Amino acid sequence: MSETKVIARVAVPGVRKEQTDGAAPSSAPSPAAADAAASSALHALAPRADFPLLAANPDLHYLDSAATAQKPRVVLDAIRDYYETSYANPHRGAYRLSHAATERFHQARATVARFLGVADEATLIFTRGTTDAINLVAAAWGAANLEEGDEVVVTGMDHHANFVTWQRTAQEAGAHFRIAELTADVRIDLDHLASLLNDRTRAVAFPHISNAVGTINPVAEIVRMVREKAPRAVIVLDGAQSAPHLAVDFASLGVDFYAFSGHKMGGPMGSGGLIGRRALLEAMPPYQTGGDMIEFVHDDRTTWNVLPYKFEAGTPNSADAVGLAAACDYLSAIGMANVRAHEQSLVVAMSEALASIPGVTVFGPPATERSGVVSFALAGAHPHDLATILDEHAVCIRAGHHCCQPLMRRLGVSATARASIGAYTTLDDVRAIREAVAAAARVFGG
Amino acid sequence: MTNLDSLYQEVLLDHYRKPRNKGVLEGATAQADGRNPLCGDEVNVAVTMEGDRVAAVKFTGQGCSISQASASVMTQLVDGKSEAEIEALFERFHGLVTGTAPLAEGEAKQLGAMAAFAGVSKYPTRVKCATMSWHTLRKAMGHE
Repeated sequence: MSETKVIARVAVPGVRKEQTDGAAPSSAPSPAAADAAASSALHALAPRADFPLLAANPDLHYLDSAATAQKPRVVLDAIRDYYETSYANPHRGAYRLSHAATERFHQARATVARFLGVADEATLIFTRGTTDAINLVAAAWGAANLEEGDEVVVTGMDHHANFVTWQRTAQEAGAHFRIAELTADVRIDLDHLASLLNDRTRAVAFPHISNAVGTINPVAEIVRMVREKAPRAVIVLDGAQSAPHLAVDFASLGVDFYAFSGHKMGGPMGSGGLIGRRALLEAMPPYQTGGDMIEFVHDDRTTWNVLPYKFEAGTPNSADAVGLAAACDYLSAIGMANVRAHEQSLVVAMSEALASIPGVTVFGPPATERSGVVSFALAGAHPHDLATILDEHAVCIRAGHHCCQPLMRRLGVSATARASIGAYTTLDDVRAIREAVAAAARVFGG
Repeated sequence: MTNLDSLYQEVLLDHYRKPRNKGVLEGATAQADGRNPLCGDEVNVAVTMEGDRVAAVKFTGQGCSISQASASVMTQLVDGKSEAEIEALFERFHGLVTGTAPLAEGEAKQLGAMAAFAGVSKYPTRVKCATMSWHTLRKAMGHE
């Protein structure tokens, strides 16, 4: 079950890697990645050739990685290899193939846990993604703990997955739903947040990074504040935008729950997870019921399986867990510090390039303090029109409310245009979006 | 004309920048709201009916150029028309923007400003923007 494998590297970037001896395909990026890490943002940190879709569309400028990331070949290979060599229903069969499938599934959990700084891998529960993970906490923890008169706190920048889930959970329990307001440059107003915290506060849920504008929130400071002023509160961190872009160490974050999505990390759609503190998870009732999550089913009652299985009812999505683990290995080989450095230099360059076009407004804090997200507006042009014109230039961006209607209200807009960066983004993509937005300004400027 | 030029024709941009019949209609006899939750566009269409004829029509709302220009052009086209005439106009518009009934030779003149929306058919993601105000009008008149 050793995770240490000798990786047979080939000299040409992006060329299909050789496999290790009888094991899963190597999840390392091509060797060019390591060299690129040290070089400028002119080149992709993750070589384009590693991503079949990008390799097949050399002129495409994919700037929607905050919505979902393109898939490295090693992820697709790992999933295929699992289905072709080790596939059966995990945890069920007494035959060797089922055992092999179970082993690969368990290895995947260990890999993802290690990637996110989780020492106790049984506290990592596989889910369909961030939304599913937050719903798990809200439903299971909320049902057992929230009472009438309690208070639940979110922020004005929360994604609907956090905002709506806690809004409904609070309302169903008769608890008060509080919203921490934002500063003018779209940070959480920490003074206002502090004023909302008290002994009745039972849950504080907020994003590690704002998906809509890219603000990186001061988690350590907020955690300190919550522990001091709201000692009965659990802290739920929405990590959908941090797991793919920052080095995440659950142990040192100090939060109680961390939710993330595999597909934003280059893993398959429908993968992701929830990390929680063991004591909290053990005290929580199950989320869904069914196969695998039981210990013993009596006629009149049922007892639950141990962690993590208590929260993984039904046949697990083991193939996508294997794919997610390959994505974690791919990112690990590049190095998350390198990913952050690459994306930071590009977000600065892109923000400057766009802000230099007359009529463009970029939302949020200074670029150096954002993840790889540039949320912007062009005077006189609706974001939806901008996205269409950019698409004509083969530039893919998102236009809309980004599942953040409460934030859009606070910004005083109905929608923004959002360009977002990944490890495969380059300065050529920055050039392309600048030219496309300038062209849009010519259509709508008159 | 490139696809983009045919989408963003001057007529359309003119209606976007200077929408006609935009505002609240006092004494409206019917109204409805339309919304595109994906992009946040919204429109309210209010009409005053006299018999089965539209005696007055106005819209309010906000959204992209296609949705706002479409609402503006629609109010001009349906003003004074009967419900049956409006249904026929909608059917023509729908065929035009979805591409199921493209602009026929020499038809542009007859269709007037409606013809400016023919370019939408090249952009499947924008069809909803163009049809939202029409669906909202039909909802107000009890046809949806």
